[in-house]
Amino acid sequence: MMSRFGYTIKQAFRQVFRNRAMTLASVFAITAMLLILGIFFLLIINVNTAAESVKKDYNTIEVFMLEETDETRTQQIINDVTTWPNVAAAVYRSKDQAMQILKDRWGDSAYLLDTLESNPLPNSIVITVADLESSDKVAVKAKNIQGIEDVKYYKDTVDKLLKVTNGMKIAAMIIMAFLVVVSIVVVSNTIKLTVFARSEEITIMKYVGATNWFIRGPFLAEGIIIGIVSALVSVGMIALVYTRVIDTVGPGLVRILSVPLVPADFMIINLIYIFLSLGISIGAWGSIISMRRFLDT
Amino acid sequence: MITFKNVTKRYKTNIGLDDVSIKIEKGDFVFLVGPSGAGKSTFIKLILKEIDADKGSIRVKNHEVTRLSNRQIPIHRRNIGIVFQDFRLLPNKTVYENVAFAMEITHQSKRAIRRQVPQVLSLMGIGSNACKYPDELSAGEQQRVAIARAIVNKPTVLIADEPTGNLDPDTAWEIMRLLEMINQRGTTILMVTHAKDIVDRMNKRVVAIDKGKITRDETGAYNFHEEPGTKTARDSMIFSRVGGLLKKNDE
Repeated sequence: MMSRFGYTIKQAFRQVFRNRAMTLASVFAITAMLLILGIFFLLIINVNTAAESVKKDYNTIEVFMLEETDETRTQQIINDVTTWPNVAAAVYRSKDQAMQILKDRWGDSAYLLDTLESNPLPNSIVITVADLESSDKVAVKAKNIQGIEDVKYYKDTVDKLLKVTNGMKIAAMIIMAFLVVVSIVVVSNTIKLTVFARSEEITIMKYVGATNWFIRGPFLAEGIIIGIVSALVSVGMIALVYTRVIDTVGPGLVRILSVPLVPADFMIINLIYIFLSLGISIGAWGSIISMRRFLDT
Repeated sequence: MITFKNVTKRYKTNIGLDDVSIKIEKGDFVFLVGPSGAGKSTFIKLILKEIDADKGSIRVKNHEVTRLSNRQIPIHRRNIGIVFQDFRLLPNKTVYENVAFAMEITHQSKRAIRRQVPQVLSLMGIGSNACKYPDELSAGEQQRVAIARAIVNKPTVLIADEPTGNLDPDTAWEIMRLLEMINQRGTTILMVTHAKDIVDRMNKRVVAIDKGKITRDETGAYNFHEEPGTKTARDSMIFSRVGGLLKKNDE
């Protein structure tokens, strides 16, 4: 059993080297395909986490008071709102508090706000809804309260964002499926060359009574080797680029969108799993397809 | 050992075998003769299950060949050694490796290979050529290597498809002696040939096939050019030979 495995691997490496130009060509093709796939993967995961975190942040509805609405009226509204179904809490936020929050968020750039002559922010009530699904009803109801100027409500934005992410996911799936098929064809063509080169040997093997799997083994291993090499090369390249991106763009993104990028090590570990299994299955399928006609009888 | 019962195989345009029944006993030495396109190759391909019969039963060593599954075919073929007119040795392997290859394929241990291959090579009289490559050998020596490869797994049947076709008469006789020796050690031999002098001098059972039918089955000399009493037989043979050549060119 062990010697049989050894035979298969030895033959496969021999074929890889004998056929190195084509092997290299298919490694390039699959690597390119995996790189595109990897970029999609990184984008989707990042947009997805961003959308999720945005969704979590915005289970709140902010009701802005008119300038002339006084404190007693505001307190009345708060008392009223807390009795509504699906409202977890309603908290008063004065214009000074609002300014402080804004300054915190702007961080280093907060000095810009100091130049304002008066605080342009309104007083508001921050309503936290019990569950996101019912936030629509609460928002509609809040709009009818007397003495308010506007209701700021993020569900629409979150919904739009989620729709965009879903669209991206579907588009990426289609492109990925297409790329996978292309790579299988590329690998199967490479291996067909080795199969043709060894067709005499295969005929003799069949006459002497070699089983189909024995004949197929080395070619299968050849495809898998191509797949593994491509997977490792592309993970390496993506790891290199992504860590750069995180170092340079990451901090800026946190400041602007208050959403951090998904950490590199998490991404890379997952990419290794995904690419290896993809590479191996592409290689294996490619070789099985190229052998199919040969092993009919 | 090999039994055909009412076996018919039709191709799209011609008949391969037409209702053929024959029995070859264990230890037999049988010549299979007949014009090209008569059905000899069909006969061999059916035994190897390279092709399937349309009708009838084929038994080899008590196994119904027609009912073998794809997975069983390799196991079935290990019982049958085969030698071709054009030797079919692997040019990038040495003599030793060519023969060892047949044993590696059937998953035999390295020890068994190291023991058996030299034995078979010296039995075939080419023990001193073990490290040479096929193109360094004469045609006769190459055919000996091919025979060594065919018998190294100790098959019960050895099929030789015109094994002397590419050899000069003296070398052809050497090969025939080897086949006779293998036969005397208990292996059934089925040899396809066009060589009249070999058939006549060996004085073995001769099965003649023409147009998919067995036209003769008896021991002794066989007149290749004229079937008893008919001239049309010869004409048809020439016709079918020309037809066979044309077909080959088409391919």
